[in-house]
Amino acid sequence: MYRYTEFDTAFVAERNRQFRQQVERRISGALTEDEFKPLRLMNGLYLQLHAYMLRVAIPYGTLNSAQMDQLALLAEKWDKGYGHFTTRQNIQYNWPELRDVPDMLDALAEVGMHAIQTSGNTIRNVTADHFAGAAADEVADPRPVAELLRQWSTDHPEFQFLPRKFKIAVTGAENDRAVIKAHDIGIQVVERDGEIGYRVLVGGGLGRTPMIGKELSPFVPQQDLLPYVEAVVSVWNLLGRRDNKYKARIKITVHEHGIDEIRSLVETRFEETKQAFDGADLAIFDEIKAQFAPPAFRNAPTDAYDAAYAEDPVFRAWADSNLTAHKAGGYAIAQISLKAHGETPGDATAEQMRVMADLARRFGHDELRITHEQNVVLPHVHKSDLPQIHKILKAHGLATANIGLISDIIACPGMDYCALATARSIPIAQEIATRFDELKIENEIGELKIKISGCINACGHHHVGHIGILGLDRAGVENYQITLGGDATETASLGERTGPGFPAEEVVPAIERIVGAYMEHREGPEESFLQAYRRLGMAPFKLALYGEDSGKRSRAA
Amino acid sequence: MPKAFTPKVVTANALLEGDVIYLAADDRWVRRLDEAEIITDEAIAQIRLLDAQARASEAVGVYLADMAPTEDGPQPTHFREEFRATGPSNYHHGKQAAG
Ligand code: HEM
Ligand code: SF4
Repeated sequence: MYRYTEFDTAFVAERNRQFRQQVERRISGALTEDEFKPLRLMNGLYLQLHAYMLRVAIPYGTLNSAQMDQLALLAEKWDKGYGHFTTRQNIQYNWPELRDVPDMLDALAEVGMHAIQTSGNTIRNVTADHFAGAAADEVADPRPVAELLRQWSTDHPEFQFLPRKFKIAVTGAENDRAVIKAHDIGIQVVERDGEIGYRVLVGGGLGRTPMIGKELSPFVPQQDLLPYVEAVVSVWNLLGRRDNKYKARIKITVHEHGIDEIRSLVETRFEETKQAFDGADLAIFDEIKAQFAPPAFRNAPTDAYDAAYAEDPVFRAWADSNLTAHKAGGYAIAQISLKAHGETPGDATAEQMRVMADLARRFGHDELRITHEQNVVLPHVHKSDLPQIHKILKAHGLATANIGLISDIIACPGMDYCALATARSIPIAQEIATRFDELKIENEIGELKIKISGCINACGHHHVGHIGILGLDRAGVENYQITLGGDATETASLGERTGPGFPAEEVVPAIERIVGAYMEHREGPEESFLQAYRRLGMAPFKLALYGEDSGKRSRAA
Repeated sequence: MPKAFTPKVVTANALLEGDVIYLAADDRWVRRLDEAEIITDEAIAQIRLLDAQARASEAVGVYLADMAPTEDGPQPTHFREEFRATGPSNYHHGKQAAG
């Protein structure tokens, strides 16, 4: 598996040693909080509502079993026995004490992990499809090019003081699982006449001013990619609004200047940036690619799988919702849902982490992935092992068969933990999942993605939820705005507000009315919620939510 | 007439544990809201705040939080302070577990 070269052992050890001293100096009073705060944030340590929070990076969402075991150890030894996997493909510990954090960091370093946060107005971590290297629909593994971009951008002298932070995501397939249209730059690996190249999108993002990325170029050849991306960043570096933090992201630049003007500026600049590249990056790319080589897949019959699928309805339901086609014959991608009905989305206990580590070691080529939808993936499992894997998952509360269904909810920590929140999100997710489990209609409803954020920062991606929920503070009461029609995939769109928000206790009934309207109006089970919404528009849902006088109801509600 | 002053408590997070703490009348940091000093005078509130902020090796992010005085001690007037005083709603962790 690929090892993070920048954060090599010596570098991390040195950073941890420094941080241990900084913690000591803070405790002794030699450092003030104002001096200490940037240091702890750089090391992934935040102060939340009830406690400190340590955020541990999981590059490309990829873990081996030893690393997962270590995450379990941290949860048990220094937290309250669990960890929270987030939409940013990292894990957060909600209860560490300040004195313990240096020991936690040392324990992470033992397995090549760290909590170091890229910060500041630079190019941040590059993210990739969580099915990378496994998905049947993949043109090519997106991780080598993601890693090439990361290495190129790290310490790039021109890009240390950008107008704002900058995020890049890469997908290797037409089916976008990396939300590339909600990133500053989104890259899709494409093939044209047998040649691999890249489709480049620009100007997406969520948060306060959500925007869907627009296509800048349909095909950039391999040898032009770095100079092309450099041209994009460079154009924005000159045009970007440094006067206003809320207007500095490239999505605003693209919005203000228009995609056509940006494209022609990029093309002009590209003629210059191209001169500086001599092909050395191509050699580096080949080296990186070798490090992402696929595991040695085995060739074996799948009879055990076929038999279990035919005989065991529980296994079948799980296989139908949690498996995805693998590129290797006889293999599957298995998703482990961290969304058991009524539990906190994304949480796993230490025991569950160990179980997942063990499954990866025994059946999964020692690989695990974390998705931005807060689930865990065994990317490479042979189908004949799936009945046994399922049995073990079931015994540990990990076999929930709900991937992509209404209870597979993304929720940020919200006001149960987050100091920036305006309302809670976790209990809303728990109530919705519990209610639809009682109704036993999840499978009948089919694909429906609910995403919940506890404030406008949109960590829960609510804008791109089929149903999005945003928690706000309305005159000292939690109030939830609902949006419909958002989409995080290759057909990305932003949700539209239904109208006035709802108090916490009315959110579940509101979701039921929305789902009821969908079930009533859909052309059949094959028409998904999103398709039905796109055909029908807002009207039937508004009617279901607010009744006949929906237009008149006061906005203050 | 000047606007009525909403009573306050001085609150923060503990430097070492990170948990929610309140300032008591005898200058101790306490873990429970019902032991916190409720301050009904604006000028005194400012002085208590400044004093507490000076204790930087004990507390982080010291501020004044609105409270309603009741027989059972200060009661939060906003849900955020309610959650801080209780703990998260998804687990029996935080203050509620301390009893
Ligand atoms: C509890 C601690 C957290 C804090 C204090 C926090 C804070 C923030 C802030 C301030 C932003 C906006 C950044 C900016 O645009 O400058 C942000 C964005 C974001 N956060 Fe969080 N966050 C937290 C937890 C999480 C978690 C748990 C997730 C995943 C479930 C997450 C995922 C994201 C994502 C994906 C964005 C980017 C949204 C975009 O595209 O603009 N955050 N966060
Ligand atoms: S969306 Fe807001 S409440 Fe939720 S984690 Fe992000 S900053 Fe916190």
